[in-house]
Amino acid sequence: MTTFTLNGKKTEIDASPDMPLLWALRDELKMTGTKYGCGVASCGACTVHIDGVPSRSCQTYLGDLEGATITTIEGVENDAAKAIQEAWVELQVPQCGYCQSGQIMSASALLAETPKPTDEDIDTAMDGNLCRCASYARIRKAIHRAAEIMEA
Amino acid sequence: MRLIDKRDLMPATRALTTTRRGFLTLSAGAAGGLLLGAAVPVRGLAQSAAEGDVLVTPFVHVMPDNTVLVLSKHLDMGQGTASGLATLVAEELDASMDQITTDFAPSNPEVYANSAFGVQGTGGSTAMPNSWEQYRKAGATVRAMLVNAAASEWGVDASEIGVSEGKLSAGENSVTFGEMASLAAGQQPPEDVVLKAPEDWVYLGKSFARVEVPQKTRGSVGMFGIDQQPEGGLVAVTARPPRFGATLASIDAADAKAMDGVHDVLEIPQGVVVVADTTWKAMQARDALALEWTEGSGEARGTDALMEEFRALLDQPGNPAEPKGDAAAKLEQAETIIEADYVFPYLAHAPMEPLDMTVHFDGSSAQFWGGSQLQTVDHGTAASVLGLEMGQVQVHTKWGGGSFGRRATGDAHLVAEAATIGKAWLEAGHDARPIKLIYTREDDIKGGYYRPLTMHRVRAGLDADGNISGWEHRIVSQSIAKGTPFEQYMVKEGVDDTTIEGIHPTPYAIPDLTVDVHHPDVGVPVLWWRSVGHTHTAYVMETMMDELAEAAGRDPVEFRLTYLGEDARLAGALRLAVEKAGESGPEGTHRGIAVHKSFGSYVAEVADVRLREDGTIKVEKVTCGVDCGVPINPDNIVAQVEGALGYGLSSILREQITMTDGEVDQFNFPDYTPLRISDMPEVEVHIVPSTEAPTGIGEPGTPPIGPAVANAVYKATGERVRSLPMSQHGLA
Repeated sequence: MTTFTLNGKKTEIDASPDMPLLWALRDELKMTGTKYGCGVASCGACTVHIDGVPSRSCQTYLGDLEGATITTIEGVENDAAKAIQEAWVELQVPQCGYCQSGQIMSASALLAETPKPTDEDIDTAMDGNLCRCASYARIRKAIHRAAEIMEA
Repeated sequence: MRLIDKRDLMPATRALTTTRRGFLTLSAGAAGGLLLGAAVPVRGLAQSAAEGDVLVTPFVHVMPDNTVLVLSKHLDMGQGTASGLATLVAEELDASMDQITTDFAPSNPEVYANSAFGVQGTGGSTAMPNSWEQYRKAGATVRAMLVNAAASEWGVDASEIGVSEGKLSAGENSVTFGEMASLAAGQQPPEDVVLKAPEDWVYLGKSFARVEVPQKTRGSVGMFGIDQQPEGGLVAVTARPPRFGATLASIDAADAKAMDGVHDVLEIPQGVVVVADTTWKAMQARDALALEWTEGSGEARGTDALMEEFRALLDQPGNPAEPKGDAAAKLEQAETIIEADYVFPYLAHAPMEPLDMTVHFDGSSAQFWGGSQLQTVDHGTAASVLGLEMGQVQVHTKWGGGSFGRRATGDAHLVAEAATIGKAWLEAGHDARPIKLIYTREDDIKGGYYRPLTMHRVRAGLDADGNISGWEHRIVSQSIAKGTPFEQYMVKEGVDDTTIEGIHPTPYAIPDLTVDVHHPDVGVPVLWWRSVGHTHTAYVMETMMDELAEAAGRDPVEFRLTYLGEDARLAGALRLAVEKAGESGPEGTHRGIAVHKSFGSYVAEVADVRLREDGTIKVEKVTCGVDCGVPINPDNIVAQVEGALGYGLSSILREQITMTDGEVDQFNFPDYTPLRISDMPEVEVHIVPSTEAPTGIGEPGTPPIGPAVANAVYKATGERVRSLPMSQHGLA
């Protein structure tokens, strides 16, 4: 049994401690907003916030999460995330959209930490998130736009 | 905006039940045994029905709550088709965009065929061109039914009814579409409708937001096939042979079967399938299988051996495509001859959503859910595998998490495998349950269906005046269409059109041009990969044009324009890109250009490339000129070109699939390495104004980027890059 706070709610899950958080979310808790892309922490589609830090849920195990605070795309609602989602719609960032849960979780963590990120900051924070549709040019613009929205 | 699950409200499904009548024939074989019939006439818009208070037509439903549901006959895998088609309807219907919702049409080629294919399916950048009239007419038809109903209800002439923003009005009377839906359903659809003149368009030609985007910023809940969680559903993963076509010699599944949550281990022709409660348990149990594969079975050649064989074929005459002029004679007379060989590796599509297909087979009927891209081929194959009539099977199309061609398989291997699992599950004595077959990323990268390994040899001549004097071109590449239902249309006299497209025909007025091909048989499944043959033909053509221009001492733009005299649209795209790119790129960058026509659209790209001190390149900026006919949603054209050139750039920098003794060397994104945000250039897309019918834009942005970057690399290094990816030359 692992107990953590998930999107603001105390959550208990009775599953093997070596089960990755990704599969606990998707298969046990039926929360499919967090996506499977590679399983080896190489694409970022499964990014969630663990104690505020963007983390790859496919390589994070239940046994290490006792008492943790976890936020997923279904529950992220701080000012940074709202600004990111608004900018994402304004600039029509998603194409297929499959990677975008992870992109938004990484971008909102960046913005919460660095309200006015440079292009270099964006490269560093976002290079772990693959997008095969190559929506990258818009992701970059939308992060800058979200920074403006937050400042306003 | 919301997306409606059509199963809740889909009276039309019964009326539109698919039959086998007339539109395709099934051969005796199982998977891959489909033969596509001749193009079928679409039944048209004459069909409508009132179901409750809903106005139901094949493409458009008007709901009592005033939403308008537009059914996309095409898969949307990120190219914006669902919203694009919905906007065609909204335009002619005079709906408000806020009332529009979308869903995917059921599988039924009699109603939802792609007129370019004759069956239901998406590809070749045809979704908009083949729907352009059909969906506008669908909107205009529903508008006429609503107007006629209002006229009858209010006792006024139809000409007195005003329609705007989803409301009908005349004098004191004003109602929403939803309020008139029930009465309109009783109206006879008009035989013919008049479409708006372009100057009257409210939505078309202006950038509009895609309906599904907000949902895609909140987890895309329920949209993708892989996210389907049917009640009582199980998950299947398959252990496939390490070499393509290898056969199973022995199996010990005892450990896997004993694991918690594992329901069964099934042997099917495709491999060994673990069916478990959850994905994680299925993957763990698959790892616990002890399998041996028959020694020597399957394709045992590695890519080194294949390349050696392909190189030998470059010296042998191949099957000729129809020649132009007399290239050999002109080459004899040439002052200068440039001869070059090119190598293009196998490429994986690697869409971000790995492949998946959910099957629910109860012995007498079957349902499938997934990102089906060739619905009719998937549907027919499923029926064939399960021994059912088409009418006993339904394919529910879900949003595709990318595809780039990967979900459009002529052999419907994914649906065939899911169907086979559904059948094996029942035969093993289990009760019918939904089973979701999932590919892991490793299954995807190692699973074949690649852009084929391809070699080219070009001999091109210049006369004393610097004009092209003869062009001989040989290509060695597996045929994509051979052995699929598309072979009869795409392979002519032993030449697969998808191998030579972009070179033969070429829009360049090269008077003496011969192309021949070899299609060696290799046991590696191959498939169309975003822009198909153009991925390599444009690279060769556009780097060679650069090389010839230089040898002739001519400007590369002027040289190209000389040969584009007969193609004003391609010349227009090139001029626009060059003009907008300005005199030079960012300081310290080198410039390359390329222009290419594919899928009826014209794209020129100017790449400004920096050579870093460590010898690697950074593409800093790409300026594009695009002519794809009337621009329906300019912002989506820009997005598709940004994405298409990003996809192409990804492949030329670092992507390749190699094999050692038949086993794929790469396994996942750590060693099959796509473009990341730090690699992405700034992109400017400029659209040529046009009133021509719209052409596709999902693919045409891909072909020019490789040669544009290669031409810039030559400026920077003096080296012509003739084998990809560039990483093997230390450039990335």
